Amino acid sequence: MGRTVPALLVGLAVIAAGIVLALVRVNPYFYFAGYVILQFVVIATAWNILGGYGGYVNFGTPAFFALGAYTAVVLIRSLKAPLPVLIVAGGLVAALLGLGIGYLTLRLRGVFFSIATLALSVVLQTIIMNWEYVGGSRGLSILRPSGPPFGNYGVFLFTVMLGLAVVAVMTARFIERSWIGRGLAALRDNEEAAECMGVPTLRLKLFATTVSGFLLGVAGAPFPYYVTFIEPNSAFALDYAVNALAMPMIGGTTSWIGPIIGAVLLGTAQQVAIVTISSELNLLIVGVVLVGFVVVAPEGILGLVRRLRTR
Amino acid sequence: MFSWDLLANAVVAGLLLGGFYAAVSLGISLIFGLLDIANIAQPAFVIVGSYAAYVLHDAYGFDPILTGILLTPVFYLLGALVYRIYYASFERRGDEALRGLVFFFGLLFIIEVSLSIKYGVDYRLVQTGYLSRSIDLGGVGIAFRYLVPCLIGVAMTAALYLFLGRTFYGRAIMAVSQDQAALRLMGADPIHIKTIAFGIGIAAASLAGALLISIAPVIPSTDRDYIGRMFAITVLGGMGSIAGTLVAAMILGVVESLMATFFGPSWSLAVSFGILLAALAVRPAGLFGR
Repeated sequence: MGRTVPALLVGLAVIAAGIVLALVRVNPYFYFAGYVILQFVVIATAWNILGGYGGYVNFGTPAFFALGAYTAVVLIRSLKAPLPVLIVAGGLVAALLGLGIGYLTLRLRGVFFSIATLALSVVLQTIIMNWEYVGGSRGLSILRPSGPPFGNYGVFLFTVMLGLAVVAVMTARFIERSWIGRGLAALRDNEEAAECMGVPTLRLKLFATTVSGFLLGVAGAPFPYYVTFIEPNSAFALDYAVNALAMPMIGGTTSWIGPIIGAVLLGTAQQVAIVTISSELNLLIVGVVLVGFVVVAPEGILGLVRRLRTR
Repeated sequence: MFSWDLLANAVVAGLLLGGFYAAVSLGISLIFGLLDIANIAQPAFVIVGSYAAYVLHDAYGFDPILTGILLTPVFYLLGALVYRIYYASFERRGDEALRGLVFFFGLLFIIEVSLSIKYGVDYRLVQTGYLSRSIDLGGVGIAFRYLVPCLIGVAMTAALYLFLGRTFYGRAIMAVSQDQAALRLMGADPIHIKTIAFGIGIAAASLAGALLISIAPVIPSTDRDYIGRMFAITVLGGMGSIAGTLVAAMILGVVESLMATFFGPSWSLAVSFGILLAALAVRPAGLFGR
């Protein structure tokens, strides 16, 4: 744990830099695009806690993300709750779903677990589409609160997401370096063997699915304020599921820095592609890059770097 | 007041739907059930079959089902190619479980996005004269739109059943699913056999896709509705059991149809997930499990 203090300082420095950036007020598009990239840092990091460390591939990222977003919608409509409350509540509700799929791992392993999470996403979307209070399938407009810090809500959300990204990465880094991370790595490599060696596999899996779910919900909670119009098809977009696994896969799944590399590279590439080419073509790029990486460089960019170093 | 007519109609509609579901699920039964390859891109290949039928019908007025049959060799080759890539990249290295799954998920996404770039997200449907007719059997209406796909689904099941049980290659596929090493000792190349099986699985998607677009309008993201259904049917039927696939498909069809009739069509998607979970929790070996 000797390197925890410097890491905390780096985290604080990043947040401070974000606040300075918010005060400087560069081109508004920068904050708009930056928010999306930071949101993907949170999503990719959260996915990697379960998928990269524990080896359980979750295709249901949109379910958790949208659950966070729709929890926020309910709280905005009923209580006009402030943003921090939305984020914590969105995270907690998604964490509950995470705990649920954690118990699912008792029965469903490997492929079946992944299919179940994908199906879960479809079912949850069906429920939301039938629920008129949150807009049903037609969607719902969300009014942003007036008088935000930094004088602009988009800039404010950017700094909030930056803070969330730092928290997510710190959490992942802590898990990776503690006995929890080693336990998860053991069950990723061989669950039966880990169980036999006394690794508390169920508790570890429940922990990983809950934390992963919490962070995914946290990433989704500010989403209604970001888009100002929420509807199921955008909140449950398959893009989140593909990005959530493409980014860690491209960066490297065994280290906390892998998802950041993947999210920044792929997120930036997508933002550039949306502006210069088209929004659908940019999704195609994600798919092709993902398949290309799993076929050619299964260890991701970190693996490539490691291979170059040992040569 | 409970309506028996409504119930009878729902059950018949469910059985017809089930026959069609069997056609959709046969491919994954073969690829996932027997070969143990988690090809979650299978529904995307079905949608490719749908769009092929749509394009050829739109441009030249080809019959969709005939197109589906004629295109099977093309899909077979496509499937064989996909398997070779999968084999070279994952199976040979021995890390097919996690990365193979991601590979197929990426493939599903690429196919879906490519289709929506090329054809947009408008609903497409192929309508032909004979499919729009229907007959009435004592208060129970039977639409040809459902009857024809159901009959073809049953015929496909029978054909695959006979192929696997009676022919040399069919038996070889059964053998490779049981013991790959033993097959190698017998002088057969398991990779060759698996390529054939995978190709047949994808070829089935061509016809299934043509049936799909004859039944209901299709958009590129329709494939997601079928992921849950396909795997629920395969698991419920008992991994790799062809007869089980038909029975499980009929069960799913009837339950979905009853849900749609008595609770509203928007809930029918939840059925497959419920059945999948129940099957895995109560009887993981499925109805006809080995």
